[in-house]
Amino acid sequence: MHANRIAVFLRGCARLVSRGGRWYFAWLALLALMIVTGIAGYARQATHGLIATNMRDQVSWAFYIGNFTFLVGVAAAAVLLVVPAYVYAWKPIKEVVVLGEMLAVSALVMCLLFILVDTGSPQNMWHIFPLIATPNFPSSLLVWDAIVLNGYLIINVTVVAHILYKLFNGKAYDKRVVVPLVLLSIPWAVGIHTVTAFLYNGMASRPYWNASILAPRFLASAFCSGPAILLVLFQILRKTTGFPISDEAISKIAEIMSYAMFVNLFLLGAEVFKEFYSATEHSVYTRYLFFGLHGHHAIVAFAWIAVACSFLAFLLFVVPATRRNIYTLNLGCALIFAGVYIEKGIGLVIPGMTPDTLGEIYEYTPTATEWMVAAGVFGVGFLVYTLLVKIAVPILDGRFQAGMDVPLEVAPEAKPAH
Amino acid sequence: MSDDSRSLPVVQDEGIPGEPPEAAVSRRAFLQTVAGAGAAAALAACDVESSLRRHFKELSKEEVERLIQKVQRDHEARFGKKDWKVTARAPMPGVEFGYGLDLSRCIGCRRCVYACVRENNQSRDPQVQWIKVLEMDKVRGVDVIESDAYYEADAVPRPGKFYMPVQCHQCRHPPCTKVCPVKATWTEPDGITVVDYDWCIGCRCCMAACPYGARRFNWATPGIRAEEVNPHLAVLGNRVRPKGVVEKCTFCIQRTREGRYPACVEICPVGARKFGNLLDPKSEIRYVMENKRVFIFKEELATRPRFYYFYAT
Repeated sequence: MHANRIAVFLRGCARLVSRGGRWYFAWLALLALMIVTGIAGYARQATHGLIATNMRDQVSWAFYIGNFTFLVGVAAAAVLLVVPAYVYAWKPIKEVVVLGEMLAVSALVMCLLFILVDTGSPQNMWHIFPLIATPNFPSSLLVWDAIVLNGYLIINVTVVAHILYKLFNGKAYDKRVVVPLVLLSIPWAVGIHTVTAFLYNGMASRPYWNASILAPRFLASAFCSGPAILLVLFQILRKTTGFPISDEAISKIAEIMSYAMFVNLFLLGAEVFKEFYSATEHSVYTRYLFFGLHGHHAIVAFAWIAVACSFLAFLLFVVPATRRNIYTLNLGCALIFAGVYIEKGIGLVIPGMTPDTLGEIYEYTPTATEWMVAAGVFGVGFLVYTLLVKIAVPILDGRFQAGMDVPLEVAPEAKPAH
Repeated sequence: MSDDSRSLPVVQDEGIPGEPPEAAVSRRAFLQTVAGAGAAAALAACDVESSLRRHFKELSKEEVERLIQKVQRDHEARFGKKDWKVTARAPMPGVEFGYGLDLSRCIGCRRCVYACVRENNQSRDPQVQWIKVLEMDKVRGVDVIESDAYYEADAVPRPGKFYMPVQCHQCRHPPCTKVCPVKATWTEPDGITVVDYDWCIGCRCCMAACPYGARRFNWATPGIRAEEVNPHLAVLGNRVRPKGVVEKCTFCIQRTREGRYPACVEICPVGARKFGNLLDPKSEIRYVMENKRVFIFKEELATRPRFYYFYAT
């Protein structure tokens, strides 16, 4: 009988995602195109080996791992938005939890895919599983990362599925299930980003990473980029589905982000001071990032663009007038997103390995194959989020329950009040 | 590009093979070669038997024996009939290998680099080398940031320069094995850090962790011609690697566990390389440690290498 109700729920979900307007299907088609591109890129990589990328022994981690690192931050920060939602007692707390956790789920799917496409022998991946193989626990931070990321994925999927399933059946969600899990997911969010930072931090061979400031910087930058994505999503959902979030809540998020941006810039400044004032051999990586080294300048422009983006975004968010203006607010979101994406994607991984441990400079830029594969992974992630939102929103606002017809795209009465 | 467009010339005598001329192939030609090796690659990818076996250290004697036969079959299938001799010899009791490198003698000729490539079946295309020789300024001392691994010279040693070959240091506290998520690399009782190529997932954590740049990744299926393959193979050593896994110097495990010198020691024309049993007080390496002054590369990282540099003169 219970199985029957789950089947009804799943059929309802399938009906929700299979109906939609022209723009919805155009968006799905675009995502499908991205995924097909990714499959083509990965097929090439699987045939020739990772030589289809521009990674080499000198720079043995690059674009994929940079994207992975950035997305761990997104996954962490999405859930941490639950904290201000509680503190300031926002009305759509349930919606914020569900949308944040769904973003975390999509980001985690992309994280795991980026790790998978980066491994040279994915057919051996099962060697990391306990009982049947030999995970190097507790010594290997990658094993820790696999545990915390998968655990985080399970927690978030459980919460989202539970809330939606209950609401679909016209019942209130079980607080004894949801509250402890949401409370657990908050320190766990800090945990996934800390463990990911330690993955780099623990390598004494790479002075650029082997700095205690690394994990705090990871968290600070995640608190900037993750909420930026959610702010934009909230506005889109408010327009398209009547998602009830007030301007005040949005401006509160922006205010919290401005503190995070300040901490992020401060930590960057602290690191820059230490590197350049002491000017030891270890400052060579930071010099490569900001000024180039021995005539190699491939990432210098990116480094300065990232700093400029982060600084401008901070100014836009710290001034109340610009953070309340929807245009400057969204510009700030775009800037901080770009800033952190460059900082984590390029500024963290590449200088960590350039010059390499024996002083060699190999200038890395991604190949077309790497862009294709990354596009595919992002396509999968966006698809997951799109489908989840498509299912969640009508269930959350009560327009879709067991035994009902699939609702219209926008419920006319649910238009935002302002 | 450092790996396939820049060449690594070595000052050559007669009969010292450097790179084969076809090493300088264009990218297109190279990719075609790789595509040509596609059958082998596809075979390797579908190597269910290798993918499903247990960790090397969990294998019984009979299973190791079967693995040895499989390695031989695989090599025969790819490279044809040869005088194959595949081994998986256990470490000798009472032996811990140690290595000494005399920086005052090394002339930077790179014979060790190529002897190693031949002995250990490294890929010729793309080029993989386990030893890197750094040219350094005498006035700067050991300064890796200012060093040059791609020096091109008509004659070595060049004035004002000295040479520092770097390879796996076989650390007592290896950062590489610590970070491996699947225990695919470990240190044997005789001090050699090995890789189980069938167990490695190719995540390259170990490469990020190694402070000596000693680990190499098979970015493509190793390209070696049949006549170049050394048929004396060790399962945890110089057997031809699949693509997508990490490899490294094993002190020529296939030789040293049989009581022979590593290929780099044997070829060195100036006797800069010393090798022996650290547990044997009469060994050459112990003589060096007691009578010369040794130094440890990146000693501040506390990796405690079994590889020592020294100045004999």
